[in-house]
Amino acid sequence: MPAIDKSTFEELKQMSGADFINELIDAFLEDAPKMLQSMQSALDARDVDTFRRNAHSLKSNAYTFGATELGRLARELEYMARENNLGVGSRLQALNEAFEKAADELRGFRI
Amino acid sequence: MTSRQEPGHLLVVDDNKVNRILLARGLEGQGHKVETAENGKQALEKLRNDSFDLVLLDIEMPEMDGYQVLEICLQDAELRDIPIIMTSSLDEINSVVKCVELGAEDYLNKPVNPTLLRARVNASLEKKRLRDEQRKLFRTFATREVADELLRTGFSLGGKYVDATVLFADIRSYTNYAEKEDPAEIIELLNNYFALMFDAISGHQGTVNQMVGDGLMAIFGAPIPREDHREQSVRAALEMLNLLQGFNQQQALLNKTQIQIGVGIATGRMIAGYTGTQHRATYTCIGDTVNLAKRIEDHTKAVHHPILIDQYTREGLPADIEVEALGAILFRGKQQPIQTYVVQSREKTTF
Repeated sequence: MPAIDKSTFEELKQMSGADFINELIDAFLEDAPKMLQSMQSALDARDVDTFRRNAHSLKSNAYTFGATELGRLARELEYMARENNLGVGSRLQALNEAFEKAADELRGFRI
Repeated sequence: MTSRQEPGHLLVVDDNKVNRILLARGLEGQGHKVETAENGKQALEKLRNDSFDLVLLDIEMPEMDGYQVLEICLQDAELRDIPIIMTSSLDEINSVVKCVELGAEDYLNKPVNPTLLRARVNASLEKKRLRDEQRKLFRTFATREVADELLRTGFSLGGKYVDATVLFADIRSYTNYAEKEDPAEIIELLNNYFALMFDAISGHQGTVNQMVGDGLMAIFGAPIPREDHREQSVRAALEMLNLLQGFNQQQALLNKTQIQIGVGIATGRMIAGYTGTQHRATYTCIGDTVNLAKRIEDHTKAVHHPILIDQYTREGLPADIEVEALGAILFRGKQQPIQTYVVQSREKTTF
């Protein structure tokens, strides 16, 4: 199953115009690893607010690109953090993997 | 109103780079000039240093979040007129409701739909433009407070009774040192004169509501009621004379026309309201008090004092404003004589 929902991505491309879809992809590929890193260090520091905020941002971006699985996982983590629950188990690992998959596909979509 | 919409100067506030790019490029594509800020603090800095027509504001941000920015803007007299559209994800609907209740103009869900983005942004810009135009119009004859009040309450066309003070001012004489009168010079003179009088009146919370020839009428204590309208009106009159004196000195230096004015003030109950048509309306007051103020102003000619007031106005003055009784005068059209007073201006005005 592809990591990026093709129709959502096409819509985004149409909206942004082919001109700056690359800029968008690059911004995401640059920022998302920082968010994942922040989530990891926030988890280590039990900083639930920073964790939640980064999960929120990642979710928002994932949905923008149609990265369905990444978005679903990020949303789940955001909601757990909202409930003050940082017992995330292996979810952060799964989130990193989902990002790698989505990132690979997005690199291929650059024009 | 899609493509004909005039471009606006927009600020996009979002901590997320992808969202910033998406919104900024989308709006630029629609012809707007867009700047971006990464957090609330940066946004406020930009808002205070430049003028914007619209803000698109993310709720969830580090440093200072969207709520805080919204609240600060709404409390800031300089910023509260800039419409703010909240941008949020679908599951933040409760937060969005809170923002709209606080005073946000509108909201948009992220990822943003371009058609919705265009429609909401243009609608907000259009509303702001109309408000700006109205405000500009009001400010030409009203103080900022009155203009804001009118915008808040709208025009209620029904009149009502108000206790207020009316001031009439007219140019009594022109002293012309120039050899012949130049029409352009006279119009320039009048414009400078009115500018000074408006300053003095609005500086004391009065509203100029009529200008006829070289005369004007102003109201104190309405449409926004205030206790000290009598004192404010007299202080405005004193400042008018004061400003005029400076103006005349300058005119004399330039060998240009100087002017003398007469000011009549009366206080009482009157009918106030908006009169006119849909296209042209003015706030005005009608009644005996208004007629009396006009008569008193006319009387300044006869007694050679620039400021005359009636009994009710006099009763509302603090001790530091010196008045002198002129006695009871029977004005034309009045049944009863009216106790009339001269207000002493510190500057000796030759009249």
